[in-house]
Amino acid sequence: MSEKTNNSNEDSVISVRVMDIIAALLFLAVGLTVMIGSLKLGASWGSDGPEAGYFPFYISLIIMLSSSVTLYQAAIVDKEKKAESFVSRESFKQVMAVLLPAIVFVLGVQLIGIYVSSVFYIAIFMVWLGKYPIWKAIVVSVGVSAALYLMFEFWFQVPLPHGSWFNPLEFFGVN
Amino acid sequence: MEEINALFSGFAIAMTPFNLLLMLIGVTLGVIIGVLPGLGGANGIAILLPLTFTMPPTSAIIMLSCIYWGALFGGAITSVLFNIPGEPWSVATTFDGYPMARNGKAGEALTAAFTSSFVGAFFAIVMITFLAPLVAKFALQFGPPEFFSVYLLTFCSFVGMNKGSPFKTISAMMLGFALATVGMDTVTGQLRLTFGNPELMRGFDFLIAVIGLFGIGEILLSMEEGLAFQGAAAKIRGKVVLETWKQLPKYWATSLRSCLIGCWMGITPGGATPASFMAYGVAKRVSKDGDKFGTGKMEGIVAPETAAHAAGTAALLPMLSLGIPGSPTAAVLLGGLLIWGLQPGPLLFVEKPDFVWGLIASMYLGNLAGLFVVLTCVPLFASILRIPFSIIAPVIIVICAVGAYTVHNATFDVWLMLGFGVLGYIFKKLDYPMAPMVLALVLGDRAEDSFRQSMLFSQGSLDIFFSNYLVATITSIALLLLFWPLIGKLIGKKKADTA
Repeated sequence: MSEKTNNSNEDSVISVRVMDIIAALLFLAVGLTVMIGSLKLGASWGSDGPEAGYFPFYISLIIMLSSSVTLYQAAIVDKEKKAESFVSRESFKQVMAVLLPAIVFVLGVQLIGIYVSSVFYIAIFMVWLGKYPIWKAIVVSVGVSAALYLMFEFWFQVPLPHGSWFNPLEFFGVN
Repeated sequence: MEEINALFSGFAIAMTPFNLLLMLIGVTLGVIIGVLPGLGGANGIAILLPLTFTMPPTSAIIMLSCIYWGALFGGAITSVLFNIPGEPWSVATTFDGYPMARNGKAGEALTAAFTSSFVGAFFAIVMITFLAPLVAKFALQFGPPEFFSVYLLTFCSFVGMNKGSPFKTISAMMLGFALATVGMDTVTGQLRLTFGNPELMRGFDFLIAVIGLFGIGEILLSMEEGLAFQGAAAKIRGKVVLETWKQLPKYWATSLRSCLIGCWMGITPGGATPASFMAYGVAKRVSKDGDKFGTGKMEGIVAPETAAHAAGTAALLPMLSLGIPGSPTAAVLLGGLLIWGLQPGPLLFVEKPDFVWGLIASMYLGNLAGLFVVLTCVPLFASILRIPFSIIAPVIIVICAVGAYTVHNATFDVWLMLGFGVLGYIFKKLDYPMAPMVLALVLGDRAEDSFRQSMLFSQGSLDIFFSNYLVATITSIALLLLFWPLIGKLIGKKKADTA
């Protein structure tokens, strides 16, 4: 399932070539940022040996060189890749159907804690995308959260986030 | 012969009913720890260390080392079933293990992984038993330049071995190095590349990157083709274990080679992660079906698993004989030894022979117990794949979030994990290899430290990497591998010209 969707007949959101160019430009940006950061730290040979930025400076140099070649290959050499689709409109929708709720879930983890967010997330995912009846979704999602709670809070004594904004578990006497 | 006698008295100590029970408990706890992302062997042992304070030291170390074996076995389970490597040395196992599970061969893949782990560990234990003093002496010759050249060799082998663009490999690898430099600089104590963000002071942990890149990235890729989850219909039977065992002797050469790579990398400071990648790379080069690696070849599981476990086990050798832990888990075990008032080092063999040989004997028995526990559970593990994707996908994301959070108890890391997930999705579709990036993130600090120390010795001259036969050989092989794509092209061209 991890093969590339190279079907150019499909309604494409973006081509592989454009995506390659964007990725190479982002790498260049990262390289530049690291370079500036390491120059600020000092990237030369100090009185007591290599300074803190010495190693990252050369790393950034290699990133910039290698991504320049990738950029050149994508922009100039691989012109025929223009038609190759990076992701079709339909696939993109599917990916977003997982990614957007996942972002909301992580926001939930931060605000109301992981246990309650997990119950909502798993249940909504099951009902919305898996078309499960609500009672099944609730049984599974509450079961998973309860298992996590018992395993981490009690057994391994590793507290998971209870919510920075509001802790719904307070209703059950858990702080 | 002396060793054999000592070993038998060790078995007598390890085989008491109480110790055998502790072994089973340890292995089972270890498997659970290995399966849960974010709770690796080192963390697991650290958390459970207090449980053992009331036990006699030999029983305590037996239980802790069995947790370690169990965690090593457990790591393979998530790698194969969900493409989430719990430990960096399980990354190479995902390359062929996960495709095999996807092709409905989860049981075979798990059996191959567990058995290979056992073989690797067993080989290393036999080596520890007989070669301990000799090999430890050799490891003492390693200085910073040798350390760095071993790392260089590992990284260069990626460039030489990868079929895709070498520039993309280098870019991905260097991104890993760049991310590894973020945070507190261990030498000067300065904050590096944090740009004033306090969250970045911790740096980027490889576990968060791995959970995002492999776990979340894979779910996004799977979603592209709808909610179907291939491999769900896999038929799992108890017989699978026996059938897989019949196939495994075919790979004896790969196994033996990986055992040797693993032992060498375990004793020298390379460690289990480079060992697994190196064994995978070598197997791919040597194998007749090298091209098919990555599509679900059993040989691609045998090589990294054998090497990783040989290395992981061999790492205990310098800890016991020199007091230098070869891996993070060995470091935690060392901490345990100190708590019980035992000073690891050459004298330990003389002063506490009961303890040392009891531990070595427990390594044999603990691995056997581990293999027994995990193999009997193969059908259970593999049946996890039968759960529909619309249930397993959100549950995996929740577990990934738990894993990312527990690394540093920070919700910022959960966001990072999501970011790495998107990066993993894009990387995979654009053919940027993720393994070199993860490895650079894992080994970045250590590679940089050894590079800096070497540079200090030589006052900035790179000649130090050719200063003696050992380091010169390793560095030369590394450079040969680095330029292999170019050399291969030139040779191909010459052949075409003469033809």
